[in-house]
Amino acid sequence: MADLAARVRDHFTRERWINIGLQIGALVLALVLTTVILVAAGAPPLSAYWQIIKGAVGSVTGFSNVLVAWVPLLLAASGVLVTFAAGLWNIGVEGQIVFGAVLTTWVMRLMQDTAMSPALVIIIALIAGMVGGALWAALAGVLKTFGGVNEIFGGLGLNYVAAALTLWLIFGPWKRPGIGSMSGTEPFPDKLALPTIAGLRLSPWSLGLGILAVIIVYILLERTYFGLKLKATGASNRAAFLLGVPTWQYGLVAFLACGALAGLAGAVQVTAVYHRLIPSISSGYGYLGLMIGMLIAYRAAWVAPIALFFAALNIGSIQLPIVLKLDSTLSGVLQGALVLFVVLVEGARQRYLRRAGLKPGGA
Amino acid sequence: MDGPTLLVGLAGVLATSAPIAVASIGESLAERSGVINLSVNGTILLSAMGSFAVAVTTGSLVLGFILGAIIGAVVALLVAFGSITLRRSQVAVGFVLTLFCRDLSYFLGNPFMGDKGPRLAEHGIPLLQRIPILGTLIFKHDVMTYFSFVLIIVAWWWVYRTRPGLTLRAIGERPEAAFARGARVNLLRYTYTVVGGALVGLAGPMYSLSVKAGWKGTISGLDGLGWIVLAIVIFGAWNPVRVAFGAYLFGLLQWLSVVLQPSLQGIPSQVLQVAPFPLMILTLLFVNVGNAEWVDRILASLPEASRKRVAKILRSLRVVQPRSLGVPFEPD
Repeated sequence: MADLAARVRDHFTRERWINIGLQIGALVLALVLTTVILVAAGAPPLSAYWQIIKGAVGSVTGFSNVLVAWVPLLLAASGVLVTFAAGLWNIGVEGQIVFGAVLTTWVMRLMQDTAMSPALVIIIALIAGMVGGALWAALAGVLKTFGGVNEIFGGLGLNYVAAALTLWLIFGPWKRPGIGSMSGTEPFPDKLALPTIAGLRLSPWSLGLGILAVIIVYILLERTYFGLKLKATGASNRAAFLLGVPTWQYGLVAFLACGALAGLAGAVQVTAVYHRLIPSISSGYGYLGLMIGMLIAYRAAWVAPIALFFAALNIGSIQLPIVLKLDSTLSGVLQGALVLFVVLVEGARQRYLRRAGLKPGGA
Repeated sequence: MDGPTLLVGLAGVLATSAPIAVASIGESLAERSGVINLSVNGTILLSAMGSFAVAVTTGSLVLGFILGAIIGAVVALLVAFGSITLRRSQVAVGFVLTLFCRDLSYFLGNPFMGDKGPRLAEHGIPLLQRIPILGTLIFKHDVMTYFSFVLIIVAWWWVYRTRPGLTLRAIGERPEAAFARGARVNLLRYTYTVVGGALVGLAGPMYSLSVKAGWKGTISGLDGLGWIVLAIVIFGAWNPVRVAFGAYLFGLLQWLSVVLQPSLQGIPSQVLQVAPFPLMILTLLFVNVGNAEWVDRILASLPEASRKRVAKILRSLRVVQPRSLGVPFEPD
């Protein structure tokens, strides 16, 4: 018992309390900035925030939709952590989600009229999504490794290409009978959808996949030798190389893993949420995944709660245009301000420690 | 297409490329000093929206352009503060800001969507505009396009022909050496990042009050241009003249895709719209591949005569980034 008390006491040292205080401080600063922006836009800040809270947790349907948005965020953010660990900026997550969705749709179109059992079709379609995301990530990875094209530009360019590819498919080869429309491709039959909880859009299967991904990535990064070597690569490419870690191969593997997780997010959006390919199938979840990665300073244990918070903001702000005539990008403004302040406050803390000579350097 | 039409078309290319040229040169200055300002895409959107809103409300174009430059400078100041003073990753701070500014522009710009706003008028320069060919090409534009011409020359002269320009190149390449010779590295980095950011910010109103007048939210057609700017800076090897050449090349290709549209019926419009992005990747591939190790190995296996020729071509394309780009500098 005494041992446990000591451990709890060690866990909550003074420094730790200060850290928690600073994180809350960042949140307060983000809220202050967003409030100023709301006032500048002539909007009532309190009712805007109340709308977001009500939209996210005010009803069972609302909260189940938060969980629906949570799944792709979990997948994208945990994928991003793998590439971050290797010191890579996989801005291409967005395109990897999209291309995963494209391959999933393609496979389902091929197999929907065959005699295969629906369960098998769905499983193959999910795997196809992972393969698609991994392929799209491999493109950025190869461009980086062998072509010297920074992954930021390679990934970003491929995001736009993937978005255009989707539009072309929806209005071209895969258009609905008659005329193609922004509403997407012809919906798949109900039997090819991941089963949802009665009356809701939430599928326990996709929820399970999202949670599983977070757990696997956590174990991979924090509890395996592979994860340690990956992080060594990220911390110092040259040092890791001199210690015998095949660095560029590790970088490519990180890209593939992240792409597969992102592609799975795309596959989930097709099989469990939209049941077809739509123009904005990724909903910006890839970029949001990167933001989550930065916010949690790449600590895998925090993916789940922060992704849930971001999902709640997204879903909560959907009603803003209707109720308050405000653009729903307010959630993005709040998320951006939050990440910015967390990053800056952490910088200020380390600067203070450096100045006070309490800690040497730190990145 | 007859001569006069072609001439007007090319003059149009110079005008529509002006915002990209100005923003790319601004970003080049910041990167020359060692700071990547990755917020360009969001900055251009936010300054385009902000300038348009101010110009619509006050009716003043001048206020619009001033606000555009201020927005760019403030965002750049945040990047500089985050990366130089607080030593956060430049990429992280810039990326967050690019997303934040984009969402903020859509949020605040919502009430102004589709409003009719003022537009910068064309001012032919007396006498000079009568010169055959050159007159139409260069001396019949709006004032910001003239500004872009002057900026290209001034920036080049500053970087390569002045003492402060030499210091600028030094703090991006070997900050320790520059510091030892008395350069205030971090203060200069702040200055160039903020000045460069102001130029990037000017690109916003150059669109929303001139080249693509108006604000149409997500369909303004401005999202993505900032990333092109960042790629053009690399293509231009941080040299203002070469960077401007890249901007004009981009403008020319866009113009060609519009002009040739009738004969490109078979190609879907979605493909044409994103064509700049694969092009961007390929361009970066061409200018970087010369640095790759496997290329050297292949070159070594070639016969002497062709090896020299290929190596020469690769070397002429190759760009090498400022050595200390993205690396924080510690004076002590």
